[in-house]
Amino acid sequence: MPRYLLSVFGPAARTDYGPYPSKEDMLQAFADTGAFNDRLQREGYFVFADGLEPATTATTVDGQGESPVLTDGPYLETKEHIGGFWVIEAPDLDVALALAADGSKACRGVIEVRPFQTAESVAALLDS
Amino acid sequence: MTPPDVDASLVRAHHEEWARIVAGLARRYGDLDLAEDATAEAFAVAVQRWPDDGIPPNPGGWLMTTANRKALDRLRRESQRDVKHLAAQHLVDDAPPEPVGPVEDDRLRLIFVCCHPALSMQARVALTLRLLGGLTVAEIAHAFLVPETTLAQRITRAKGKIKAASIPYAVPAATDVAERLTGVLAVVYLVFNEGYLASGGDEAVRTPLCDEAIRLGRLLHELLPDDGEVTGLLALMLLTDARRNARVSRTGELITLDEQDRGGWDRGLIAEGHALVRERLAAVAAGGPAPGRYQLLAAINAVHTDAPTARDTDWSQILALYDRMALIDPSPIVRLNRAVAVTELDGPLVGLAEIDRLTDALDGYHAFHAARADVLRRLGRSGDARAAYDRAIAFAGNPAERAYLTRRRDQLAL
Repeated sequence: MPRYLLSVFGPAARTDYGPYPSKEDMLQAFADTGAFNDRLQREGYFVFADGLEPATTATTVDGQGESPVLTDGPYLETKEHIGGFWVIEAPDLDVALALAADGSKACRGVIEVRPFQTAESVAALLDS
Repeated sequence: MTPPDVDASLVRAHHEEWARIVAGLARRYGDLDLAEDATAEAFAVAVQRWPDDGIPPNPGGWLMTTANRKALDRLRRESQRDVKHLAAQHLVDDAPPEPVGPVEDDRLRLIFVCCHPALSMQARVALTLRLLGGLTVAEIAHAFLVPETTLAQRITRAKGKIKAASIPYAVPAATDVAERLTGVLAVVYLVFNEGYLASGGDEAVRTPLCDEAIRLGRLLHELLPDDGEVTGLLALMLLTDARRNARVSRTGELITLDEQDRGGWDRGLIAEGHALVRERLAAVAAGGPAPGRYQLLAAINAVHTDAPTARDTDWSQILALYDRMALIDPSPIVRLNRAVAVTELDGPLVGLAEIDRLTDALDGYHAFHAARADVLRRLGRSGDARAAYDRAIAFAGNPAERAYLTRRRDQLAL
């Protein structure tokens, strides 16, 4: 079955409660996201999910040269950063998009849906 | 030389069978690339062979068989080692599909794939014209004034996304079908409008795009005869296209509705459009769902095409229809069209007040300035009208429209 990465994007600017405007909002988002995760598990879509520490805690590494180059901060400086993600299995993109819409509502973030490579697509790459 | 009846048969087969063959192969092999290429090859063989061998008794069946053979040839070439496996699979899949009603037509699935909301509008238009309309990449590129390589890339990328992201080859669930259909109709109407009101280039009307949009509209109507908006869009396109020949003068100038020679309108298309509008009126009167924007626009065009002369136009009915439009689509463009109807009913002074309210929203839109210029002209405010015509000409992309606006401006009293 196709696998999709659902990346959650939220504002880089943080309050005391991360990307949420208030503690109540944060608690409600956690509760809704928890309920959404339970549903993913129950309905057989869930592969993995987790939240990330703020982008300010990221370190960018380029190991292609002789010695690795380390940079403090995320790879791209943008106003929105990835704040968490799901990996799901779904029969097709329509199902994945519908789940992403529900997940977006639950966690209060915009979601990018992207398919994983498959054995077939990698084989096609090797053949080309 | 190809005998003319062979030419005609090839054109007819292309119109009638292309989408069916692409859609059938796409279902059987689950690969749009393969379906497209094999279909194109089958038509190329027909072009070569029919002039000598004669037109086969069942051209559609002949083309389907040939395309299917081409697809299998390609699969064999590409994957010698898997050929037995493939052959075995296709023995199973070769069973004709169960006749389960029009909604399961392969072409309908293909329409929903090509117009999937996960694809950009540009990609949807290009895919729809290529896979359903059978237009060549060169034809589509020419129609949209983009380089062929750009257009080819657009199609390749879209097909790549459909495959990699597993966009389903399916008619959406009943709960989503109305919303998804709105997206499909938007693609068809965009193609029609780009043909009818070419926004750039040297041609006033790009006939192939209009014809293709109407063909797609007819196909949708055949597949979904009970959908009001599908019927409405087809009626709207027919009633608009019926005026095509009266709309541009011999010198390439746009002729507005009130100045058109109504004898030049296509009565056959008008009768067909009116019949569809009446069908919808009856369905709504019988308790069907309220008409959407395409049905309302079709009704407005039915009122216009019903009037023997511009003077006879029933503007109060048109205003009532625009009032209903404004309820479902309160956009400034709808309000501009409504203001034009108000001008006809209540005079240019009232109309101008309505139009001027839209200045902030529509200042960069040529039709806004053209409508304003016309009202100012009627009020005898030549200087203001001239400035408005200048703005309209600057924003108009269509050459026939520019020619018309320029003449109107130059006819103003000094």
